[in-house]
Order: sequence, then structure tokens, then C-alpha cells
Amino acid sequence: MEVVNDQAAMLSNYEVFSLLKEIESKGKKKKSRAQQNLATITYETLKYLSNTPCTLQNLEMVAEFMEALGPYNLTKAEKLQLLNHRPSSAVEIQLIIEESEERLTEEQIDELLQLVADKLPDPNAPEGGGEGEEFGEGGTERMEEEEE
Amino acid sequence: MFTLVEMTDTVRIPPHLFHIKLNDAVIEELNNKFANKVVYNVGLCIALFDITKLEDSFIFPGDGASHTRVHFRYVVFRPFMDEILQGRIRSCSREGVHVSLGFFDDILIPPDALQQPSKFDESEQVWVWEYETEEGTHDLFMDKEEEIRFRVVDEVFVDTTPTGPKVSEAAEADKEAKKSPYSLVGTISEPGLGLLSWWNSIG
Repeated sequence: MEVVNDQAAMLSNYEVFSLLKEIESKGKKKKSRAQQNLATITYETLKYLSNTPCTLQNLEMVAEFMEALGPYNLTKAEKLQLLNHRPSSAVEIQLIIEESEERLTEEQIDELLQLVADKLPDPNAPEGGGEGEEFGEGGTERMEEEEE
Repeated sequence: MFTLVEMTDTVRIPPHLFHIKLNDAVIEELNNKFANKVVYNVGLCIALFDITKLEDSFIFPGDGASHTRVHFRYVVFRPFMDEILQGRIRSCSREGVHVSLGFFDDILIPPDALQQPSKFDESEQVWVWEYETEEGTHDLFMDKEEEIRFRVVDEVFVDTTPTGPKVSEAAEADKEAKKSPYSLVGTISEPGLGLLSWWNSIG
């Protein structure tokens, strides 16, 4: 067994989620003792991913989101994390984007939060947009408190 | 969190599976071999993504099965350095906080990577973050089953391939058997990291 390329591509949670759902639906027809490992890992990973925002995403949303992130000069890893985590506060943006205070102005951070709230559905509440804004402002206030 | 890894391997298809299409038999064999297993320096294999190339199948003398060289891509769990992940606290011990992702359990947050100051409460066997405000010190407990956000700082691969019989004590072999092949070290010593309930109540 050889590993040709151990970083051929990075996958978003959404892509893995859809792949595993496909495998699960095909796997129900034939069950053998040998498939136990695949069944276990598929079940556990699906369970984990069901609690993340990726379940509500689809291909167009992801493509639109990636295009909209273009002007901000983010690395691939940062864009992927934004997609997977769907941050709702400025603190989370600071965690995901390195040196966000130097690379982005406060306005841009707010714009990013607004973009995330608009393009990606919120799994927690039916009205994702309003709550996203509240968290954004609350988060910024908290940042200022911490700095003092 | 997940990456695509290109690999090649020779798949052995036993004769009793010859009635299935070669493609499907190969997919089944690959999933059996790799799913839920850790490959050294690669990560935890989740499921087969696709087969890129199937080379010719050979039958060798003495073995009725066909051997096929396959190029394929596998979905592998391997978070990159400094990635933010969300999991549940499995347990706390003196060594730190053990976090689990459901499908992956070996994540440890050592004591010096917790929010400072933190102390270990012996009676309840939990780590506590002593958060100071003007009003006094709040004790924030890190209880089991709580969702926690952390940053991946380090990954450790241990080669667990079996070695020959050891001439020295058997106790050494026992210790090695307990080491997990792939474990992660995390940190929560930054604003925004730690239990979700610590940061959500602010906004």
C-alpha cells in the first residue's frame, strides 16, 4: 500500500456529509460482518456532522459563499473553517482568521459576519439573520472589554 | 477537518466474490481494509471517495484469488494545525481534559493549555476555570458531555505495527499496546475557546 498524495484536497463538512449519506443509503441493502467498521465510522461521523451547520447547506450555497469571500484575501483553510463553523460573533472570527485585527477592519469583520449569516442557514434558530447581527455586535463589545 | 488522500494498493478478490462486478468488489474490499483505521502519518480513514484507476487483474499460482492494483482516493480525518474543532468533554483527569468527537476519541487538552488560572477539583474530578471579574472569582466547571471548542496544536502518530517477541520485560509491550495510533493535543487558552456556554451567554 502506498500513499501517493496525502493532501490531494481538503473537503468541507458538507461534502463528507453528503458522501456518507450516500454510502449509508447504499449500504442498507447488504450487511455483512466485514462491513461493520464502515458502518460504525459512517454512523458516528454522521452523528457528529448532524450537529454542525453543514446539514443545511447545498452545493449552490457553498459556491456562492466561496465567491463572496473572494475580496477578503483569506487563505483556503480560513475559508473552509468559516464554511464549517459558521461563526456568529467577532470572537469566533478572530479565532478562525489569523491576525484578523491587522488584516481586516472592524467594518470588514462585521461584513463577514453579515455574509455568513446571509449565505449560510443557521441551524439554531429559524431567523438566522437577526440573531447573527446581535451576536456580532455583542461579540465586538466583549472584545473591547477584554482589551481593557 | 477532512482531507482527500490518494493511495494505491493491491486488492485481493477471493473467488467466491467473482460474481460481483469488479468495481463493486474492489470498493467493498477497500472499505473493509481501511474504514475506521488509522494509517501512519496520514490520519483516520473514514470512507472511500472514488476509484481513479483500476489496473489489470492477475492470478498468481497457488492462490485462486485475483489481485488488482487500484488507485483510489480516500476521505481521511486529519485536522490541520491550528484548526478550530468542536467536541464533547469525555472526562477530566490530572493529565488534562479528554475530548471526544464521537468518531474520534483521543484528544487531550493538557493542564497548561487550559484557560488560566485553572485548577483540578479532586472531589468532583473536574477541571475548573477560575474566571476573575471585578465582582470576584467565578468558578466555571468543565463538566462531562459539555460541548467544547478547542484549537488543534499537535498531532502524534504512533506506529503500532506488531514487533517480534521482546527479550526484555513483557510490561513494556503492555504499555505500548495502550498507546493510540493517532492522538491530538488541543488548547483552549484563547478568547472564544472552551465551553460554548462560556461565550454564548455574553452575546
